[in-house]
Amino acid sequence: MAAPSTVSAAPPPEPATLPADLAEVTRDESTLRRFLSGLPGVDQVGVEQRAATLATRSIKKAAKLWAIDTAISMVDLTTLEGADTPGKVRSLAAKAKRPDPDHPDTPQVAAVCVYSDLAGVAAEALAGTPIGVASVATAFPSGRSARAVKLAEVGEAVAAGATEVDMVIDRGAFLAGRYGLVYDEIVEVKAACGTAHLKVILETGELATYDNVRRASWLALLAGGDFVKTSTGKVSPAATLPVTHVMLQAVRDWHERTGQHRGVKPAGGIRNTKDAIRYLVAVHEVAGADWLTPALFRFGASSLLNDLVMQRRTQLDGHYSGPDYVTVD
Amino acid sequence: MTVWEYAPAPESRDIANLKASYRMFVDGQFVDGTAEPLKTINPATGEVLAEVSTASTADVDKAVKAARRAYERTWGKMPGAERAKYLFRIARMIAERARELAVLESLDNGKPIRESRDVDVPTASAHFFYHAGWADKLGYAGYGPDPKPLGVAGQVIPWNFPLLMAAWKIAPALACGNTVVLKPAETTPLTALVLADICQQADLPPGVVNVLPGAGDVGAALVRHPDLDKVAFTGSTEVGKQIQSALAGTGRKLTLELGGKAANVVFDDAPLDQAVEGIVNGIFFNQGHVCCAGSRLLVAESVADELLAKLRARITTLRVGDPLDKNTDVGAINSADQLAKIQSLVASGEDEGADRWTSPCPLPDKGFFFAPTVFSGVSQAMRIAREEIFGPVLSVLTFRTPDEAVAKANNTPYGLSAGVWTEKGSRILAMASRLRAGVVWANTFNRFDPAAPFGGYQESGFGREGGRAGLEAYLDV
Amino acid sequence: MSDTRVTVAKTYKLYVGGAFPRSESGRSYPVTDAKGAFLANAAQASRKDARDAVVAARKAFTGWSGATAYNRGQVLYRVAEMLEGRREQFAAEVTASEGVAARRAQSLVDAAIDRWVWYAGWTDKLAAVLGAANPVAGPYFSFSVPEPTGVVAVLAPQASSLLGLVSVVAPVLAGGNTCVVVASQSRPLPAITLSEVLATSDVPGGVVNMLTGRTAELAPWLAAHGDVNALDLCGAPASQVADLERAAAGTVKRVSRPPVTEPDWLRVPDIGRLRAFLETKTVWHPIGV
Repeated sequence: MAAPSTVSAAPPPEPATLPADLAEVTRDESTLRRFLSGLPGVDQVGVEQRAATLATRSIKKAAKLWAIDTAISMVDLTTLEGADTPGKVRSLAAKAKRPDPDHPDTPQVAAVCVYSDLAGVAAEALAGTPIGVASVATAFPSGRSARAVKLAEVGEAVAAGATEVDMVIDRGAFLAGRYGLVYDEIVEVKAACGTAHLKVILETGELATYDNVRRASWLALLAGGDFVKTSTGKVSPAATLPVTHVMLQAVRDWHERTGQHRGVKPAGGIRNTKDAIRYLVAVHEVAGADWLTPALFRFGASSLLNDLVMQRRTQLDGHYSGPDYVTVD
Repeated sequence: MTVWEYAPAPESRDIANLKASYRMFVDGQFVDGTAEPLKTINPATGEVLAEVSTASTADVDKAVKAARRAYERTWGKMPGAERAKYLFRIARMIAERARELAVLESLDNGKPIRESRDVDVPTASAHFFYHAGWADKLGYAGYGPDPKPLGVAGQVIPWNFPLLMAAWKIAPALACGNTVVLKPAETTPLTALVLADICQQADLPPGVVNVLPGAGDVGAALVRHPDLDKVAFTGSTEVGKQIQSALAGTGRKLTLELGGKAANVVFDDAPLDQAVEGIVNGIFFNQGHVCCAGSRLLVAESVADELLAKLRARITTLRVGDPLDKNTDVGAINSADQLAKIQSLVASGEDEGADRWTSPCPLPDKGFFFAPTVFSGVSQAMRIAREEIFGPVLSVLTFRTPDEAVAKANNTPYGLSAGVWTEKGSRILAMASRLRAGVVWANTFNRFDPAAPFGGYQESGFGREGGRAGLEAYLDV
Repeated sequence: MSDTRVTVAKTYKLYVGGAFPRSESGRSYPVTDAKGAFLANAAQASRKDARDAVVAARKAFTGWSGATAYNRGQVLYRVAEMLEGRREQFAAEVTASEGVAARRAQSLVDAAIDRWVWYAGWTDKLAAVLGAANPVAGPYFSFSVPEPTGVVAVLAPQASSLLGLVSVVAPVLAGGNTCVVVASQSRPLPAITLSEVLATSDVPGGVVNMLTGRTAELAPWLAAHGDVNALDLCGAPASQVADLERAAAGTVKRVSRPPVTEPDWLRVPDIGRLRAFLETKTVWHPIGV
């Protein structure tokens, strides 16, 4: 089993337009509302139990090594701090290119994720590599700003070289039931992205219920989001397994109805290899093997990469490694 | 497309401390039986696991006498608070030896280690812990200020949850002050004998618990023994009827936990993904060797296609194989006989015109395995809709209105369990009260707890196990 | 002058589905008082009458079991009220049937009335006393409630023609079951008169069906009947008990075994007879948002 390349293979052609019944649901606010509230409910205990059971899968040996390499290739290596500097971003980019200098066969990560003002720095540092430049935008993390400001920020990021945009939805509008507003904003952001991939951050910790996560996922998919992403990492809880289950069900069901593959990105709180493998098992068994590619699944994380690298060494060297043997950034 | 094969992740069979031979447990000692020993096999491979001594009628008599002596001299007179401490001890020791018991159970029974580890063994321990607490509080149980034990109980249990059923039987009996003679199933005697070893380690007075391995004839001799005060049986309805008949006129107290053909009713407003999980758990848990299995799926016609598509996709992900592999979801069918029975009923379903779909999962090339199977287009008249298959085979029927769902669900002589899936609260309560079953799981399935009474209506038996209600079976009330 | 008046003799019939039919077999048998003097002819029910009675009881089950416990309590209390109004009549019938002194008969009738009252008060307490919220180890609300077993075939006590009868029928009804009763074979008249009370109180037709005749003839049919859920063998002939239990095993009926000798029915009962004809239903639901 070879680890998937960090360059996602050219996806097979997928239908560009939605089936009529789905295209219809975004016609107006009330139709959209009816559609979203008509989605099957999610039973909290049931989904949590399923996630917990699936988390008991025991992944060993070659399957584990494969999972580690796959997980590394799916990492959006992230720094989203007020204290971020060009220097910090450059060193992150170096890490992204060579996660484990002692083991050059270690896969590169999928992308480096930064604030929009540093997208240019990241683009420059990653030039000539297949590694994506992801920029958060739209008044991340709260999303509380004027539409024009948000769109302008997206434009700036893309112009600076971002190949991926991680936007946040207006959770206030969503919770107030103003689904049309949220939808329109995603559509406009998507347009502003041009060719850049759009990841739609739902901030599931603020949506509070799985029913809301399911509705928001469908809303984002209807509006053209390429990925649904759990969290900003600034709100607790961030990514959880059951929330990711619900989002994986959404992209699976979306594919069922439209023939289109959309991606999922859990972000925040995934710190070790054991957790990452649990997510991959969920991807594998809930959405399906199709999604086991960085084109359709990402981890938004910072410290996860080092643990993956350490575990990779353990697998290859046959003894435990230590933090002193992997680079801090 | 990427293929991610999980490497085998087997639990080590050394943990089971498997011995070459096991002996019956009578009067506090492991002794040879005087009947022909049996060989218990691993249904996942067909290999012989161990030789187990079996009981003759003379041994049955000896065990009942030992239980009688223990009842009269020690256990029956012992203050409840003291009995309680023995039961607490046993609960703890089961937990301490949980891993050994889980591996042994999976070896002998064929169930996935994930289930024996996460369900059977912890729930068995919980049963002892729960009932231990009752031992000195029986006066508060609603059976009068000082309810008395019955005396000696003969208990016969099935092969589907060998340790857990032993716990369900022994714990309440002992808590109420009775002594017991337990006969585990012919194909799965091992964990009950380890439980006997735990009783010995716990210093339980000799004769309070006696375990007699053997086939149906030993069970038949036991339940007919004239010096019993109580008989408890879990198993098939057919044998349950024979026992009830045999006990006619004896005045001996009897409780029966028998077969079932549970309906799992899915409405159009159900949480579909969780309903799929519940259906899968309802029929494929323990290879469908569950008396309360949700073997009849009743689904609203308007969501039937969507649900079935999701269900098939989900079933395809079930991993069938080595019970000791931690990633196995569906293990081995317990015996060649049971496999033959499943195959024959499945053949009848095909003959009667139901549409068969079977998971394309690979099956091991030895041992007894059956791939998860779903029949759609099933009508109430077909054998697969009426007879207990006791295997990983689901029959799907549709309905249009709640009344029709209730009528179809209740259209069976059984009445053990039922499931209902809908997000409408008032409908759940209406369905729960109209479904004629001893346990109704709403938006969940196959949940068990020592605090929750379990047992059937009609031909699924009588008497309850668990909770306050379960104590009645072992008290002279 | 009034000494010469000829009394209007009463015809004792069966009580099935709220009506008073004769036996479909056309049979009757003479009933005598304790000293052997003729009292009346009673209908001698056949297996087909028993079958019809089971059909009537099944038909009435949904309504009676589905009534609120409060409503059932009121109905049973109403029976007591109606009985109270006919104390003298019942005392006379009990005296004739059982050969007891008038004072004794009166106390038996009074106890029978009080027994209805006692059980009337139980209907809406059973769920609280026998049910439970089960503290399961997980995110579930689990509760258990008592539910009626279904159609109960009751072989009424042979000696105590009224108090014994009421003591076995009232708990069956209080739990929400319907029943087919085979009255005391040699002392059936108070049972039929009680049926008249039931018919004119608010007990829906079919909830109680009263058969008179040969217990040994009717019992096997009821014991083996596929639509009977439980069997009360209280008044079963001792020689027949084992056979009846064996027949009951054919459909796994709940069987309430007969006491060795008929008990003193004047003693205040416990809830054993209620429990005997109740199932426990356990319901689970997840707790989540």
